[in-house]
Amino acid sequence: MSTVLTDKRPTTLRGASLPKWSPWVIAAGSVAVAVGIGLGAGLDSRIQWGLIAAILYVLGTYAIASMVEGKRQAKDRIATSLVWVAFLLAVVPLASLVWATVERGVKVLDVYFLTHSMGVVGDREPGGGIYHAIIGTLEQVGLATLIAAPIGVLTAIYLVEYGRGNLARAVTFFVDVMTGIPSIVAGLFILSIMLIFEMQPFGFAGSLALAILMMPVVVRSTEEMLKLVPNELREASLALGVPKWRTILKIVLPTAIGGITTGIMLAIARIAGETAPVLLLVFGNPFINNNPFEGAQASLPLYIYQQYSQSAGAEPAYDRAWAASLTLIAFVMILNLLARGIARWKAPKTGR
Amino acid sequence: MDITTQKNTATPPPAPQPTEAERKRAARGATRPGDRIFLGLSRGSGILLLAIMAAIAGFLTYRAVLAISKDEGNFLTTFEWNTGTQPPVFGIAVLAYGTVISSIIAMVIAVPISVAIALFLTHYAPRRLSGPIAYVIDLLAAVPSIVYGLWGALILVPQMEGLFGWLDDYFGWTGIFDWQGGPARSMLTVGILLAIMILPIITNVSREVFRQVPQMHEEAALALGATRWEVIRMAVLPFGRSGVISASMLGLGRALGETMAVATVLSPDFLIHASLLDPGGGTFAQNIASKFGEADTFGRDALIASGLVLFVITLLVNGAARMIIARRKEYSGANA
Amino acid sequence: MKLQRMNRRALTLGALAVSGALALTACGSDDTGSNGGGDATSTAKAGSIDCGDAKGQLLADGSSAQKNAIDAWVKQFTAQCSGVQINYKGSGSGAGITAFNQGQVAFAGSDSALDSEEIAASKEVCSGGQGIDLPMVGGPIAVSYNVPGVDNLVLDAPTLAKIFDSKIKKWNDEAIKKLNPDAELPDLNIQPFHRSDESGTTDNFTKYLIAATPENWKYEGGKAWQADGGQAASGSSGVAQQVSQTSGAISYMELSYAEGMDVVAIDTGAAEPVKASTDGATKAIADAEVVGTGKDLALEINYKTKAEGAYPITLVTYEIVCDKGNKAETLPATKAFLNYIASEDGQGLLADAGYAPIPDDIIAKVRTTIEGLS
Repeated sequence: MSTVLTDKRPTTLRGASLPKWSPWVIAAGSVAVAVGIGLGAGLDSRIQWGLIAAILYVLGTYAIASMVEGKRQAKDRIATSLVWVAFLLAVVPLASLVWATVERGVKVLDVYFLTHSMGVVGDREPGGGIYHAIIGTLEQVGLATLIAAPIGVLTAIYLVEYGRGNLARAVTFFVDVMTGIPSIVAGLFILSIMLIFEMQPFGFAGSLALAILMMPVVVRSTEEMLKLVPNELREASLALGVPKWRTILKIVLPTAIGGITTGIMLAIARIAGETAPVLLLVFGNPFINNNPFEGAQASLPLYIYQQYSQSAGAEPAYDRAWAASLTLIAFVMILNLLARGIARWKAPKTGR
Repeated sequence: MDITTQKNTATPPPAPQPTEAERKRAARGATRPGDRIFLGLSRGSGILLLAIMAAIAGFLTYRAVLAISKDEGNFLTTFEWNTGTQPPVFGIAVLAYGTVISSIIAMVIAVPISVAIALFLTHYAPRRLSGPIAYVIDLLAAVPSIVYGLWGALILVPQMEGLFGWLDDYFGWTGIFDWQGGPARSMLTVGILLAIMILPIITNVSREVFRQVPQMHEEAALALGATRWEVIRMAVLPFGRSGVISASMLGLGRALGETMAVATVLSPDFLIHASLLDPGGGTFAQNIASKFGEADTFGRDALIASGLVLFVITLLVNGAARMIIARRKEYSGANA
Repeated sequence: MKLQRMNRRALTLGALAVSGALALTACGSDDTGSNGGGDATSTAKAGSIDCGDAKGQLLADGSSAQKNAIDAWVKQFTAQCSGVQINYKGSGSGAGITAFNQGQVAFAGSDSALDSEEIAASKEVCSGGQGIDLPMVGGPIAVSYNVPGVDNLVLDAPTLAKIFDSKIKKWNDEAIKKLNPDAELPDLNIQPFHRSDESGTTDNFTKYLIAATPENWKYEGGKAWQADGGQAASGSSGVAQQVSQTSGAISYMELSYAEGMDVVAIDTGAAEPVKASTDGATKAIADAEVVGTGKDLALEINYKTKAEGAYPITLVTYEIVCDKGNKAETLPATKAFLNYIASEDGQGLLADAGYAPIPDDIIAKVRTTIEGLS
């Protein structure tokens, strides 16, 4: 009963309606029957029990509601129950992901882990840390964002606010093309250039590939958000004699800034998790390298991948992989929090 | 209200009809330098981006053509990937199948659930609940794919064995769900993992779009006595359709091009398996990721050629999406 | 105006974040392995490691089979030469050779000697020279399996070939029963795992199958796996991981990866079936002949050996460098490191790590070759 507007209308006009507690009763009933079936049929997977319960709930709701309230109301109820079921269904794997990462990640996550590199620690030995990978990720992703975000946002502004004609069409077309670029192919592109100039792997090469991946995502999401800005706002501003560029900077962008920042953050999150181009261009490095412009670097996703794939199933390596995952997620979350903070703080009040 | 004309008088389009534009500019007075700078800046970015993208696309096409011209097998139908041999024989049939089938599984699972969750958050959940949940899903959308890969390989794959056994028991006769036992490192697992990965993304964008639905539309529908579901079907979904489609495309883009999560979960080979539960197969991105390290220059060209096919697939999908969105343009706030 | 002030605040925030990141770059340190619980106790005698004027970071890539040996060496070497960092990435022999031929790494590790095409390609990177194979590590390829309740398993070459070719599908197959009359073999599907990447281990394993049982293994061999069926995993580590997690699994991997797993004893025709061991591998390698020409020291192993205790499925893994035309900035470090691993101390470390040392006469030649690298 979220929407303020769904308040009670006079019941006399509504016909019969189920009491408020009925969904809960139906839910409890279907869970009980599902457990019964599960026990009776000897199904050992709890997931199956849950699925049976969900199906029973949906069917039960529909049956009861169509009997008592009529077809339209029953449809409404079935939609409601389906939405709830979908939500609960999705929560399970996502919760498991978060739980696994936190539970297994905290085992080795301590100050030592955060402030030391792998150094000479072998793949299957305990010890070592992710300091070098954190530095690598921060620098590579930071540089990539510095390149991609301005270009992406400006391009989106061009497309939405100015774009007519062939240039805009070409840009749109190529942005579409590039959305589908597998990260590894962007990496191969930069690698080919590096090989022409006989360059050794270095961090910034990874940033370039990441920037290529990031640009189309930023353009697409920013475009979408700019399109949602009501034209009335633009017109009002222009009618007041405000120049177009100021209209864009002061009216359009601030209105859409929440969505734009979210889009950029999503793009950052996407590239922060990129492993393949980093593997190709930055090589990976168990030692600390603070200079993104020279020498091999590590990065968090690459670190996770290597700890997973080179460990032959050794527990210490898995622990390190989970701890690094936790760190990576935390890093992305902090970014996200910052972005939301900025977005909320800058967004104009919309009354919603 | 015909916004287009009004807008054009306010700001003429940059190039198409210089004479008319000039006339209008003259009528309005001189262009402001700020406007010119800003236009230059944003158009410059557009051109720069275009140049970069075109360079990459051109370069990749060139390399791909080089590779395909030397391919002794049929590039589209060969079930093999031997680029190191003389003569080289390779083809994308298995990769195309794997990419499409895993993405289809992912979309079939993820889109309805995502839309449902987005509706749940905007229209069904108690307010106190919806805020934090939306926030968590926001964060989950940002979880890097390698983490999903790690989770998929270490936790999802063992969990899938139960489901696989069940599918084999009841639907094994279809052939599609026939299971030989062994770790569940198959296309179905990949599809499910991809679905879980893109779920937060689609939910996130869809929710954003549903929140933009003009309240007037909903109130109007309610006032006519519509049930909540009817409000959603008549006011919310039509308004949000283009947004949901582009959200799905965003998710599909990620599913099609997902590399590491697939590479950690799938047991690759170069055959098309009738059963979704059989380990084996491959996707474009996964194949490139697992083969590029050992590939020589020619081998990389061949991989690039396969990457190019992925482009084309994505392009077709995007094109289709754009067409659908274009037809629903009247719901967009801006007419640009 | 309000927005402008906010912009400034956002800028400040950004500046803070950047300076925070910069400050962060100053507070970490490399793990030297001293409290990592490794075998830091057996510190190498200073004499065997001559750092010379080596410094900087050495990139290397290749065979995952020798990664554990490299890890052990790097630990000792770095302890002595703190100015040098050895960055060895075990992405597989094929990947290592490619990276080497593109000039991305100073040396590559490979379980297969360079073939003629690869040598031709290496001439572009080694100005005036070519890539050469230096045998450094011998390793038994263990066939490890995961069958609950079966601790000892004997297989011969034909049975192995049939298992990996998916001809034998159950653990209680007659052929396996005949070789293991006492074992309680379960009615369990065999899950053979092979390498998905190009691997020298695959190359050597299939070479063995081809040599020992050509009628059952009709594939041509090579770094890429050719038979259909079974599951694939990436890297020695990947297959090891799968075998340890999967009931009914069997796969091949360098012995150091088979730690803690059950290992098949091979019926070679000798009186007793042979289990993979460093001794057995040493005995097999003792038969090996140098087949490389010039400075190249590629070896050929006799896979058909029936000598008592000799383990036939053995690989020799090489370090691949340029004989001439190594990059000037990495040459001192390369030489110092290779010198160390070819030294008695370096080779002495191997047995503990699950590898076999190279026979004396061959390693002596390796040492001379390393001296002559330029």
